[in-house]
Amino acid sequence: MNRTKHISRVLGLPYRLWAAVFIVVPLVMVIWYGLTDANGHATFANVAAIADPAHSKALLMSILLAAAATLVCLLLAYPLCMFLVETESHSNSFLTMLLIIPMWMNFLLRTYAWQSILEKTGILNTALTALGLHPLRLINTPGAIILGMVYNFLPFMVLPIYNSLEKIDPNVINAARDLGASSRQTFLKVTFPLSLPGVISGINLVFVPALTTFVITSLLGGGKILLIGNVIEQEFTLAYDWHLGSGLSLVLLIFIIISVVISTLTDKEEEA
Amino acid sequence: MKQREVRLAKAIKSRRLIRRKLKLKKELIRLKGVSKTYGDKTVLDDLDLTIHENEFVTLLGPSGCGKTTTLRMIAGFETPDQGSVWFDGKDITNLPPNQRQLNTVFQNYALFTHMNVADNIAFGLNIRKKEKSYIKDKVDYALKLVGLEGYGRRSVTNLSGGQQQRVAIARAIVNEPKVLLLDEPLAALDLKLRQDMQYELIRLKNELGITFIYVTHDQQEALTMSDTIVVMNQGYIQQMGSPEKIYNEPENAFVADFIGDSNLFPAVFLRDERIAIDGVEFACVDKGFGKNRPVDIVIRPEDVEITEPEKGTVTGVVTDLIFKGVHYEMCIDVNGREWVAHSTRPHAVDERVGITIDPFNIQVMNKPESEDEQAAELEA
Amino acid sequence: MEKLTYSSGTMRKEAALKRRIARQEQKKRYRHLGLKRFYIALIFIFMYAPIVLLIIQSFNRSKSRGHWGGFTLKWYASLFTNAEILQAFVTTILLAVLSSLIAVILGTMACIAMDRMKKMDRQLMLGVTNIPMLNADIVTGVSFMLLFMTLRMELGFGTILLAHITFNIPYVILNVMPRYRELNPHIYEAALDLGATPARAFFKTVLPEIMPGILSGALMAFTMSLDDFIITHFTTGAGVDTLSTKIYAEVKLGIKPEMYALSAMIFVTVLVLLALVNRSQTAEARKAGD
Repeated sequence: MNRTKHISRVLGLPYRLWAAVFIVVPLVMVIWYGLTDANGHATFANVAAIADPAHSKALLMSILLAAAATLVCLLLAYPLCMFLVETESHSNSFLTMLLIIPMWMNFLLRTYAWQSILEKTGILNTALTALGLHPLRLINTPGAIILGMVYNFLPFMVLPIYNSLEKIDPNVINAARDLGASSRQTFLKVTFPLSLPGVISGINLVFVPALTTFVITSLLGGGKILLIGNVIEQEFTLAYDWHLGSGLSLVLLIFIIISVVISTLTDKEEEA
Repeated sequence: MKQREVRLAKAIKSRRLIRRKLKLKKELIRLKGVSKTYGDKTVLDDLDLTIHENEFVTLLGPSGCGKTTTLRMIAGFETPDQGSVWFDGKDITNLPPNQRQLNTVFQNYALFTHMNVADNIAFGLNIRKKEKSYIKDKVDYALKLVGLEGYGRRSVTNLSGGQQQRVAIARAIVNEPKVLLLDEPLAALDLKLRQDMQYELIRLKNELGITFIYVTHDQQEALTMSDTIVVMNQGYIQQMGSPEKIYNEPENAFVADFIGDSNLFPAVFLRDERIAIDGVEFACVDKGFGKNRPVDIVIRPEDVEITEPEKGTVTGVVTDLIFKGVHYEMCIDVNGREWVAHSTRPHAVDERVGITIDPFNIQVMNKPESEDEQAAELEA
Repeated sequence: MEKLTYSSGTMRKEAALKRRIARQEQKKRYRHLGLKRFYIALIFIFMYAPIVLLIIQSFNRSKSRGHWGGFTLKWYASLFTNAEILQAFVTTILLAVLSSLIAVILGTMACIAMDRMKKMDRQLMLGVTNIPMLNADIVTGVSFMLLFMTLRMELGFGTILLAHITFNIPYVILNVMPRYRELNPHIYEAALDLGATPARAFFKTVLPEIMPGILSGALMAFTMSLDDFIITHFTTGAGVDTLSTKIYAEVKLGIKPEMYALSAMIFVTVLVLLALVNRSQTAEARKAGD
């Protein structure tokens, strides 16, 4: 017994060290930089800088666009998952195709390709003109950024919802029908509540990266729309103000922690 | 253990009495020529079945015999490819399950894990938009009926298997269905709990006075609880009748083999009241099987009487002796054929014994005629 | 239909009506099925339209997007003389291979260790493991940058590798842990009982059982590393480029068509490999089924 304990301690040691040095310490450093100034004095100014109009506008825009993208993802993914569960036979291979295979084409390139579709003389507008319709201004709009977010993060909504729907015992649905519920009532009272953990986890997985992205904005926003991610990125790579960048990252961290706490709480409820 | 059996026996007796009093039995459910195939597998083949009001009917058979499909058809989760389902004189073949006046207790309970016990039970009443106070009274009554008073606010996931089972039953009966369908409801419980629940179900049935249709593969359960047993195999009804009839007078080798341990031998029907097993003549009470016709016979192990060698109709050597609690089980080699006997008196291995059989205890059955039936029996 | 012989005329009519209703029902169900398939196909098109576009672009003689200048293979040819892109490709693949390999080793060891930890300890370790997955990539990237700069490490291949290993380990643990937990502990003990040394017992009994988890974890880690941009962006230094960082740098000036050619080649290669693996697996499964 002692011997196996000893072995497990030895086997666990490298990862323990690794996690401490490369996961915990870096986070502590973000917090430390965020709460100090260039002279090493404690200050709250870097975090408070979020109130600066330029920053708060970026944050508000991020929240709005991320929320919109999350909603669109949810509306697209939920019916998709229901249909996939219903038409069972090929859904597994479809999920791989949806989730894994596109990743083998670099995601910057994939997002960039939307430029060719959306731009002024792009595929969509060429098609519209050919049909005798007015071309639309699509690229460099908030709509284009939402589309980019939906395109990139939709799989993160699909997977948890699909898993939670697939887990539901068909007999539970049958039981609701048996007890007199119509198919609409069955969905509202049984199917949807049971899939809620998956929905919440999906919202979490889409909202956090959408809120913090800077790549999609630079590819589809043409530099005209700044999100909080762009601000932070610029502080680190252009302005070299690590303290301000860290302070603003802390604001993001608060959002992330809130959404993680919400999803763990609902998860706990599920277990209990 | 003893007490429970006495209780069980009493319950059965009172139920039989009630049944006898209710001589007028009204037809409630009828399946007419129902067939169902999945792909190229025929699950039900031209099945006819009538179930009466206030009857406890058990569909019994091995897995894949079509018993669950039959139940799901009555509940409305399956539609037959051919034939029709009738309920109370109306054709309900294409009626969706939520509009049928019957409720189901599912095999793995199928409780709504996102609701507490009371909300689970109230589900059907809420759907029918009953009044709040009515629902509360009904739920309390149902909880009391299944012995779960005070459990209303508990989460269903924290209950034991037996308690979950009770919630599933309460959830179904609270809607006052005319028929309760039970799909192997006790399969997941351990032996002692299963016996308790058998008693509970009989009590419930008596209290509610409704029809129970019960699916199981456990022959002991079927014999204990039912008014009528429907033995099924390969999508056909093999035999239908009271437990006593099914046990004592199986109509074919499949039923005989499936219901209880038995000595199932090929034999020759010499003439009325006379058969030969492996060339040895025995007296029986059956008539009308013709002359010198090959038949199957069944003798229950408890009906194999062991005597001294010189007094037996045949003699054999004990090859195995197993203590089974109430009795001993012995395997006896009779001219190369193995007979199984149950007796409270053990005989040592290698002892030579005689065997006699009371003519009443030999059940003669026709050999299967069609290849279909033969195949079915071979598989069983 | 002979079953109807016992019925009266009205019942026959009723039966005919019922059949008609049933047929209509069935049609309705099929229509729904068609709609559902159509919806699934739409999402599919949405996910793959950009990829198809990029592959078409790699054969476009015209450098500008949206203009079809005729079919050409010249970008595929010039790709092999473009030292910068080739260098970035080698760096990307090397990073993906090394980081997923090291992550697999560390992650598998961690799974074995965690299985034997006390509950509190294990929860803590799993919680820490979840951080890189739950955290935003930009915060993770920034935190690595701060760490490496503070330690005065030169940003470059080494730092990217450390970062990739770190965000890959959780994917390995996520895939290996469930496999390891459902493993029958007695097979390891049986091997010891039969005289194997602990190491030999592990490699002969435990490892083959958890191999599917290790492989899928490795595949996921490899994919994540290959597709990563944000964390690489913050941990890379001058002169070191992966395909991602190179594409990002080129976006403003216009992406070189050779990049499309390379990406198309990578994509198709992986697709073919996956299809082959899938086919051999189904063939094996079929054989096992017999």
